[in-house]
Amino acid sequence: MNAPVAGSSRPHRSALDALEAALPKIVLGPTLICSLLFVYGFIAWTGVLSFTRSRLLPNYEFVGFTQYLKLFENERWWVALENLGVFAGLFVFVCMAVGLLLAILLDQKIRAEGFLRSIYLYPMALSFIVTGTAWKWILNPGLGVERLVRQMGFPGFTFDWLVNPKMSIYTVVIAGVWQSSGFVMALFLAGLRGIDDSIIKAAQVDGATMPRIYWSIIIPSLRPVFFSAVMILAHIAIKSFDLVMALTGGGPGFSSDLPATFMYAFGFTRNQIGLGAASAMMMLATVVAVIMPMMYSEVRRSRRG
Amino acid sequence: MVDHVRAESAGTRVAWRVIVYGLLILVAMYYLVPLFVMLTTSVKTLDEIRTGNLISLPTQVTFDAWAKAWGSACTGADCGGLKGNFWNSMRFVLPAVAISTLIGAFNGYVLTQWRFRGSDMLFTILLVGCFIPFQVVLLPMAQTLGWLGLANTTAGLVFVHVVYGLAFTTLFFRNFYVSVPEEMVKAARIDGAGFFTIFWRIILPLSPPIIVVCVIWQFTQIWNDFLFGVVFSSGERQPITVALNNLVNTSTGVKEYNVDMAAAIIAALPTLFVYVVAGKYFVRGLTAGSVKG
Repeated sequence: MNAPVAGSSRPHRSALDALEAALPKIVLGPTLICSLLFVYGFIAWTGVLSFTRSRLLPNYEFVGFTQYLKLFENERWWVALENLGVFAGLFVFVCMAVGLLLAILLDQKIRAEGFLRSIYLYPMALSFIVTGTAWKWILNPGLGVERLVRQMGFPGFTFDWLVNPKMSIYTVVIAGVWQSSGFVMALFLAGLRGIDDSIIKAAQVDGATMPRIYWSIIIPSLRPVFFSAVMILAHIAIKSFDLVMALTGGGPGFSSDLPATFMYAFGFTRNQIGLGAASAMMMLATVVAVIMPMMYSEVRRSRRG
Repeated sequence: MVDHVRAESAGTRVAWRVIVYGLLILVAMYYLVPLFVMLTTSVKTLDEIRTGNLISLPTQVTFDAWAKAWGSACTGADCGGLKGNFWNSMRFVLPAVAISTLIGAFNGYVLTQWRFRGSDMLFTILLVGCFIPFQVVLLPMAQTLGWLGLANTTAGLVFVHVVYGLAFTTLFFRNFYVSVPEEMVKAARIDGAGFFTIFWRIILPLSPPIIVVCVIWQFTQIWNDFLFGVVFSSGERQPITVALNNLVNTSTGVKEYNVDMAAAIIAALPTLFVYVVAGKYFVRGLTAGSVKG
């Protein structure tokens, strides 16, 4: 604003002033270029690859929607999609239920609340690879939970989900919930602490019981937290890769594949770049479909704020 | 009559407290058991693992598995344990965290205190980087790193983690600096202070909390990353998460569960340490940057 004034009174400094005025844009520039190139540009590039015949190496012979047709004729892709449905549904639901329950319990003026909270949250500091490794051992058919329960006096007990193609995806749910539910607890607890006490006191004066207050006042007022927690968890579920790789490797066979492991397998180890690119684009489409509502509300909120 | 009601309600209150504490402790056990199992398994001998069970305590504690996991376990073709990969991870995680935090701080500063026409829209454009599944950039990035001569190098991993971390670090700092009163910066500008002077003298002294949050978040994310590590590096250059996964899933020879568990704990130690030392900031980062998976 005062740059032109300074420039006219001291002409020899005008170049410096112009530089000074442009500085904010210069500082933001590299990040913006990175974003345009490596996010938007690369998405477009992957999009282009998905319309080509690329196998081991990228190749720009266009074949229209062939790769997408191949993708949806591929049994393994359907297994991955079905698994994503099962995994995302259960993962989101159980994390929400456990997170909300823990948050409500912790909000009852608990002694050692901070200590308990940090126990519930420490899995979030671990890599999914570590979590997967730990649960792979715990769920080990033979030496893990199965052995433990048998030794406790149930010799007929079997627990072979890890090697059972029908059940393997559920082991991913178990480990995923273990890692992420504490985080949902933290979100809900923050929401609970933000609720105005006077409403609750008024309801108590009116003779409402605590369960009723929770059901008809407190939980409904946590709506925004529900909304964002579901979005975040769905997002984690769609991108899940490490956990499956460490826990089951997508197996037995490809029974616990998710889209992310499918994309890795075809794009990088099975030399089907075109097909891998097509599956990556489908993942992006899924994320966009889930995230769009959140982005929209986020942008609206930051405009108001 | 009144007293009777009061006594009864006190009784139910106590019962309710017992249920609440019982549930909380039960769930705490569920979270702690895997850590307990990992620790005890890692100090047992293989014989004891085969004869005992998950939660049995070791009769003799041995750190052989730890020594092997660190120094001589096989991760694929290479049999030097995890120590090389541990330092690999440190070598690219620390620069990537420092660079992405620094750039994020400047971006946040521009986006709040030096706003220009279209800067809000630029922020929205950047924000998209927080949401994309990274699978959608992997194939082009693999080729680009090859062209730049950065394939399978430490610099390449630094580059990738900085590029895809910027959206988050910018978001952190932007949301923090937005509450710095504009009058402060305006007054300094009228006094003739420039862009960097204001940053250095006014903004930076306010920043330690958000710097800690951002550094912890970035450190945890990049240390724990597997996807970029497995795609953009191989052999000796692999980060510790990839090496751990190779170690556990190597199918040759006898399965040494104690070594697996020791290796997993080694891979988790740096981030667990950060969590124990600065848990408060870790949680703040989680809730602020929770969009990332």
